[in-house]
Amino acid sequence: METDCNILKLSGLEPLIVTKESNFINIGERTNVTGSKVFLRMVKEDRYEDALAVALDQVRGGAQVLDVNMDEGMIDGVKAMTTFLNLIASEPDIARIPIMIDSSKWEIIEAGLKCVQGKSIVNSISLKSGEAEFIHQAKLIKKYGAATVVMAFDEDGQADSYDRRIQICKRSYDILVNEVNFNPNDIIFDPNIFPVATGLDEHRNNALDFFNAAKWIRENLKGAHVSGGVSNVSFSFRGNNAVREAMHSAFLYHGIQNGMNMGIVNPSMLEVYDSIDKTLLEYVEDVLLNRKDDATERLLEYAEKVKGGGKKKEEDLEWRNQDVKERLKYALVKGLVEYIDEDTEECRKLFDKPLEVIEGPLMDGMNIVGDLFGSGKMFLPQVVKSARVMKKSVAYLQPFIMASQSGESKKLGKVLLATVKGDVHDIGKNIVGVVLACNNFEVIDLGVMVPTEKLLDEAIKQNVDIVGVSGLITPSLDEMVDVAKEMERRNFKLPLLIGGATTSKLHTAVKIEHHYSGFTIHVLDASRSVPIATQIMNEQDREKLQKETRAEYVAMRDRHNSKKETKEYLTIENARKNKTQIDWANYTPPKPTFIGTRTFVDYDLAELRNYIDWTPFFQVWELHGKYPTILEDKIVGDEAKKLFADANAMLDKIITEKWLTAKAVIGFFKANSINDDDIEIVANNKIKILHHLRQQNKKAAGLPNFCLTDYIAPIESQKEDYIGGFAVTAGIGIEKKLEEFQANNDDYDVILLKGLADRLAEAFAERMHERVRKEFWAYDKTENFSNEDLIKEKYTGIRPAPGYPACIDHTEKNTLFEILDATKEAEIILTEGMAMYPTAAVSGWYFSHPDSKYFGIGKIAKDQVVDYAKRKDMPLEKMERWLGSALNYQ
Amino acid sequence: MSNNLYEIAKQKILILDGAMGTMIQRYKLEEADFRGDRFKEHQHPLKGNNDLLSITRPDIIKEIHRQYFQAGADIVETNTFSGTTIAQADYHLEDAVYDINFQSAKLAKEVANEFTDFPRFVAGAMGPTNRTASLSPDVNNPGFRAITFDQLVTAYHQQAKALIDGGVDILLIETIFDTLNAKAALFAVQTLFEEMGRELPIMISGTITDASGRTLSGQTTEAFLISMSHVNLFSIGLNCALGPRELRPYLQILAKSAPFMVSAYPNAGLPNAFGGYDETPEQMTDAVKEYLEMGLINILGGCCGTTPQHIKAFAEAAKAYKPRQILTESVC
Repeated sequence: METDCNILKLSGLEPLIVTKESNFINIGERTNVTGSKVFLRMVKEDRYEDALAVALDQVRGGAQVLDVNMDEGMIDGVKAMTTFLNLIASEPDIARIPIMIDSSKWEIIEAGLKCVQGKSIVNSISLKSGEAEFIHQAKLIKKYGAATVVMAFDEDGQADSYDRRIQICKRSYDILVNEVNFNPNDIIFDPNIFPVATGLDEHRNNALDFFNAAKWIRENLKGAHVSGGVSNVSFSFRGNNAVREAMHSAFLYHGIQNGMNMGIVNPSMLEVYDSIDKTLLEYVEDVLLNRKDDATERLLEYAEKVKGGGKKKEEDLEWRNQDVKERLKYALVKGLVEYIDEDTEECRKLFDKPLEVIEGPLMDGMNIVGDLFGSGKMFLPQVVKSARVMKKSVAYLQPFIMASQSGESKKLGKVLLATVKGDVHDIGKNIVGVVLACNNFEVIDLGVMVPTEKLLDEAIKQNVDIVGVSGLITPSLDEMVDVAKEMERRNFKLPLLIGGATTSKLHTAVKIEHHYSGFTIHVLDASRSVPIATQIMNEQDREKLQKETRAEYVAMRDRHNSKKETKEYLTIENARKNKTQIDWANYTPPKPTFIGTRTFVDYDLAELRNYIDWTPFFQVWELHGKYPTILEDKIVGDEAKKLFADANAMLDKIITEKWLTAKAVIGFFKANSINDDDIEIVANNKIKILHHLRQQNKKAAGLPNFCLTDYIAPIESQKEDYIGGFAVTAGIGIEKKLEEFQANNDDYDVILLKGLADRLAEAFAERMHERVRKEFWAYDKTENFSNEDLIKEKYTGIRPAPGYPACIDHTEKNTLFEILDATKEAEIILTEGMAMYPTAAVSGWYFSHPDSKYFGIGKIAKDQVVDYAKRKDMPLEKMERWLGSALNYQ
Repeated sequence: MSNNLYEIAKQKILILDGAMGTMIQRYKLEEADFRGDRFKEHQHPLKGNNDLLSITRPDIIKEIHRQYFQAGADIVETNTFSGTTIAQADYHLEDAVYDINFQSAKLAKEVANEFTDFPRFVAGAMGPTNRTASLSPDVNNPGFRAITFDQLVTAYHQQAKALIDGGVDILLIETIFDTLNAKAALFAVQTLFEEMGRELPIMISGTITDASGRTLSGQTTEAFLISMSHVNLFSIGLNCALGPRELRPYLQILAKSAPFMVSAYPNAGLPNAFGGYDETPEQMTDAVKEYLEMGLINILGGCCGTTPQHIKAFAEAAKAYKPRQILTESVC
């Protein structure tokens, strides 16, 4: 019924559907004891956690199926296969993809089949020991619900010619389809990939025979697929990776052309087919396709030349032959820094003035970059790399320019950038700076935590054309309002650009724009900064843009203000009456394994790496899409892959060279809720009060008005309850490397490192929460999966962070830091704006109650704010300022 | 009979029965009811072992089946949700497993035969057991398993054999929260069919535990479908855990891709504060009408909290709709 469609359906926790249209399916090969000594050692030494990390690496590296092989004389294969697959089943990130159960021993295969809930692939069966055994095994595979690889192997041995390959495959296919009633779509032939260029004449046709056999199978054996282990083909060139990589990709290219649609491949051992040096490719293909009598000799000879050197030098040579101006442009577009100093020097001699190098070839190159970026043919990581080249070249020229004292540069305009007071986040701002600089703007970056006064003084002093402010945490939004008000007060006319992750067009329109009679505009991301800044620099364009923007913002503001009134709010008393109902009488809060704090100095970054959520990392670089599918994205996939590779290479260094240190402090405290919305805790023998806000908007029937305090047992219940707190950072020591990169004008690495530190900090928070659930608070340990338990969700408890939707008041961080002594224990500093430094830091509360969940406070009314300010003993005005955007009144 | 079932399924939406446990609760039975004469001397408490009532209070179980047939059900499920040695171990009643299944099948079939107006079928219910083959109950030892594939195969083989000996028309592997358990059940059933030299229609019903859209063992609906498709099933579908509204998106996934009939028997809404179920027959029917209008299903019934009134309302609503068109050829 599906035979004609060639659809192979597999599954782990998620489906993998292989159709005619699918790209080549990568099978991860590093979890194979026969192919990886490292992995073998892990299994032998029972280091299964490390073995799992290898599997996870494969998945994250893009493996779509995971090959698992435990065939080794010294280990108990059945036990190792069972243990490893059971462990994989408990790691959703790995278990996501289907498993290839790889063994030459049937009992190991069968043991594997008994561990996988998804539809996996058996690798492999064959007619090696005759039809009876083949049929028996195939029947069982069908009964277990798996697909299978069939080797071109029969009673007489492995097929080594085209004729033997197709004869054995045909015979195997007929038996499977006609006698076993095996779904033809579930048959994957491995027609044997053998080495070429061995010097033996009988091996000359090895690759060609495979290609032809693959083609024949796909044309004649309906439904069946073709796979193989690619690295075998280059066996003769061990030690010469340049040739091996070229040979693998050329083999794959022709294999795929002939219908091979999956294979065991090490993605890091693959060169892009189009990028293979043309001469090398010709020689390799001569060998693979057996096109010339002396093909092997010629490739061997050539291989000697590229040996050790590898592909890069060969590639480089070609563009190095061009005229120096072209080379500069090429280096800019490709982001290559290796030759930039010598090329800049050579170019400098060609011109009268050093400035002409910048205005000539460098600007030409950057214009190409700008155009490509604007038209979506280049992506942010590439642009930043290009900027790095530009900066290096300019830095080289700087002394000569100074010496010749030759006039000023003809920049499009001067932009002043800053992260506002109280905020230390600057990744996005840095990106904007780089992109603007690439587009011929002069950028003056004042850095982070810049007070409004300094910002505006500097704007006058430097005579800038545009002011841009950025921020990430919510209090920064109010700082921006202040910037606008202050610009108005001081009679500024300069355009004000608003940017940063928490900013929005709506916020700019409703809260900022009307305070400033000059021009205020929200800039969504770095790519928008260029057209906006460019339009601003042209008087006519600017007038038009300003008019349109103002009209749009006024309309948004009006719409927002009129809509707001329709929402209904409860009084805080009534909201409290509708709190979350928890039956405390019949609940015993779990007791943490310790009370007080515990500090973690120098936490293992390698462990945290496995907990990284990559999707936000790509967002920083304006590559939008979910990891890992983003790596396969038609448009940004290639760039995402490169960025991902760079990030992982840097991660390796961060870990091995200890660029960063991760520290954390966590604590558990006896706690009870009091007076509805506050939590009374005991920390260091002192009583402290934690304050929380409650939702006040009118809820649908049956829905409570949430407040985090609801999840802590009230004092009247006489139950002993607990709350946890944490502060983690992965950013200690980051300054040293950042300075090093900045000194090198290397914005790419600056942004990369900051982004990775952020990810590691988030991963740290995630990992620590897991350990809290399992080890420290240990309330998940008692899980025992009775029928009722099973219907519940897996993890219980939450870790909301002050400043985020469930507890929007940033100032509660003061208490959190105090009870944890976080500045001393974890080396995290709180700024006056309640931002944490290092920026790669996360802090928050732990709640254990099974009903606890994340929610947003939404807007709150004045009666609650008045009450809250009183509870916190803070002047109302100050409180209102901190709660800023959450107030439902002006 | 089985051919007949396939033919009928092409003509109309088949109605499955509703909850057994909810109905038994109404009888407020005591320990003595569960024990009857046969288990009077049993060393362990037996109250709550509903499957045992097929032996000790057959009158009640037959009456419940009768009410569902009267409400318009084409198929009723045997009272054997926990009828494996694994689940009965909780009551130390492993030895009674064959009788539980045989008697349950026999009495359901007797009630079915009382009805002559249109064909009525009995599906042998095979529950998930209370252990999981792909998850560890010990968080500190994720590689540990409280049950193995082989142990599940043995237990399911025994249950299926007793059900077939007792006369069921269909086998229903249901409330699957761990696909590996269900694969073991399918393995056992296939072995049994080979031994008998004949086959019965197999129904498969998985459980999506929450809004994550996944089974407890972590599979998405589509992955679950793929993992169950190596056997030529009569139907695949979803039951329990969710109410009819929450279940719909996952049924759509099955309806789109399954080369088998599609079944649905949701709970009467999500559990309330007391663990009970509140949706009335009218409320539920409103929700399942969406399935019918979208042509998502071939078989419709109820799980926790549903009663003969719910089933009657379903049967009446379903009359106006055609069953989902089964995919005989997948789209290329």
